[in-house]
Amino acid sequence: MTDILPFLKTLISVSGLSGFETPVARIIEEKWRPLVDEVSISRVGSLHGLKKGSGKPPRPSVMIAAHMDAIGMRVSKITDGFLHITNIGGIDVRVLPGAEVTVHATGSGEELPAVIAMPPANLLPESVVDGVVGINYLLVDTGLMPDEVDRKVRVGDLVSFANEPMELAGDIISGHSLDNRASVAALTVCLEELQNKAHLWDVWATATVQEETTYLGGYSSAFELRPQIAIVVDGTFAKGPGSNGWQTFSMGKGVGLGVGPNMHPFLHTKLRETAEKLEISCFLDVTPAHSGTDAFPMQTTAEGIPTALVEFPFRYMHTPVEMVSVKDIYRAGRLLAEFVASLEADFVDTITWE
Amino acid sequence: MQKFGNAQLKLLERLCNVLAVSGDEGEVRKIVLEEVKPYADEVRVDAMGNVLVTKFGRPRSGKRLRVLLAAHMDEVGFMLVADDGEGIYRFEAVGGLDVRHLVGKQVLVGRERVPGVIGAKPIHLMSSDERTKKVTMDALRIDIGPGGKAKIGDRAGFATKFRRVGPSILSKSIDDRIGVATLIELVKHAPSNIDLCAAFTVQEEIGLRGAKVAAYYFHPDLAIAIDSTPARDLPVFDGGENMTYNTKLGLGPAIYIADGSTLHDPRLVGFLQKTAEAEKIPFQIRQPGGGGTDSGAIQRSLAGIPTISVSVPHRYTHSPVSISRVDDWKNTINLLHAALKRITPSLIAIR
Repeated sequence: MTDILPFLKTLISVSGLSGFETPVARIIEEKWRPLVDEVSISRVGSLHGLKKGSGKPPRPSVMIAAHMDAIGMRVSKITDGFLHITNIGGIDVRVLPGAEVTVHATGSGEELPAVIAMPPANLLPESVVDGVVGINYLLVDTGLMPDEVDRKVRVGDLVSFANEPMELAGDIISGHSLDNRASVAALTVCLEELQNKAHLWDVWATATVQEETTYLGGYSSAFELRPQIAIVVDGTFAKGPGSNGWQTFSMGKGVGLGVGPNMHPFLHTKLRETAEKLEISCFLDVTPAHSGTDAFPMQTTAEGIPTALVEFPFRYMHTPVEMVSVKDIYRAGRLLAEFVASLEADFVDTITWE
Repeated sequence: MQKFGNAQLKLLERLCNVLAVSGDEGEVRKIVLEEVKPYADEVRVDAMGNVLVTKFGRPRSGKRLRVLLAAHMDEVGFMLVADDGEGIYRFEAVGGLDVRHLVGKQVLVGRERVPGVIGAKPIHLMSSDERTKKVTMDALRIDIGPGGKAKIGDRAGFATKFRRVGPSILSKSIDDRIGVATLIELVKHAPSNIDLCAAFTVQEEIGLRGAKVAAYYFHPDLAIAIDSTPARDLPVFDGGENMTYNTKLGLGPAIYIADGSTLHDPRLVGFLQKTAEAEKIPFQIRQPGGGGTDSGAIQRSLAGIPTISVSVPHRYTHSPVSISRVDDWKNTINLLHAALKRITPSLIAIR
């Protein structure tokens, strides 16, 4: 098995905010090209890698999907060289003061290093002086002079987190955008495993766009590729400081299998049996209504697609210091590969409700 | 004008990138000792960890003023105070930190500089009420990963790295490594008309503690604290005029007239301004107000010491990334060097 960590570190060292995924899509495309038979880009920017199966055509296909977009910010106004910002996706404003960011300046085509400034108390309304300072009061400072900022930066320009990946003890990787680049890495592990594993079905490795904002990639790729089944890979919540509720799971101790209305129970059972066979420990992640993942749009695409959700726990989700266990990434990748390889030609006909 | 370029910026980068939380200034002390030893007549590390350097004027036996220049080596940071297990530690702030700058930041822990993060409960799991509340210190932890090696008592600090961007420096700990770098430059180019007493002080951020004993040791005739002061020169939220900017980036060294701990000696305030004007060096007056520097401790030492502070302005004080202008720093070195050369005993004569 190759080491996935260098690739994952590359994935979380580039931007690729929701709606602007090209920088990360290029890196994924380059990595997947030798692992699949065909690579294409959907008309809205999702990446589709087809690895053909060995079954007789017309072959059924399974989509394994992870979103590649990330949350971030964009410039909403410029005042005296300072940039006002607004959010792209579910940003937690409490993590922003003092955060290192990159301003993607379209006026000059440069990536400008910058910091998010929490203005001093004397410049803020009294109501926020001692509370959470809302994103509308925060400013981005590039360190450049105002005239230079006016030349280089335009309203609408993207602002992405810029802190570098950190390897922590216990096989943990930490950084921004691990949600959901870690799952892209898991898909990659799956594709690598499949190089030496026969599979009858076609496999569509899919990196979707805009999951964090509109689910555009989930809807459109499922429609375009029309797989017989879809397996979504995404993060769930790890136990950690301040997070110990029923929605949280131990990091590094195995993969989660989604249970709930967005997921087909038959696929869930098959995935669980596969995990047991591989001795991969897994846990049930119950989502009573909306799973908050691409499984939600994919399930209702066209005439409906049986969909499953494979997850692994992230600590500090939607902060620039998300944490993921590298072991869990391998576990998810191996589980996907084994499941794909186990699909019989007539699997779809065996899917039952009761 | 003093020579200023890559060598000075490289030195500042080295100083900013090491960790020296108050009470644990060893990494900066090491760099200071290495830099000043070839130039100093006397070097001493005292009971508190201050580095005290004397460079006598020439000729050695002449009658000159003893001028104390102080810059603090320490920075604000954290100390691990309890082990929650699994690589997760409680911590306390050392020095004045706003808890709102801590969430979601990367840190380095202990002498081994073990990487870690200050995480937060995911926004998805918070109630709408929680989302609008400021995080409290006791809810935060430093997380170095399961099995990570750290121990109670270890210091930690922000992991951000020094950067040059256009006219600016982006770095942690500009307060007061820029003062330390300035003082190293002044030791290297000490004028012969004074006895230069350089104090690289400890524990400034927790109460100006190193400077107190440094002043006692040197018995100086006058003192200059070299520090870095906040520039609050940002737009006001409602578009009104910013009346309380303290200092502004780009206007040059900030000369103090009064802060929370010191009424600065008017003779020295006037002297620095006249020097700047004569040498055509830009300068600004720091708006009188709160805050403080080593000058507060020094002025009250012994039988009283005429004292002034000069600072390089920086934005975003005590945060993971502060911003200063290279030109402000260059002009600060030039102003201080020019002023030292002009010092004569008459400067502080009573009549």
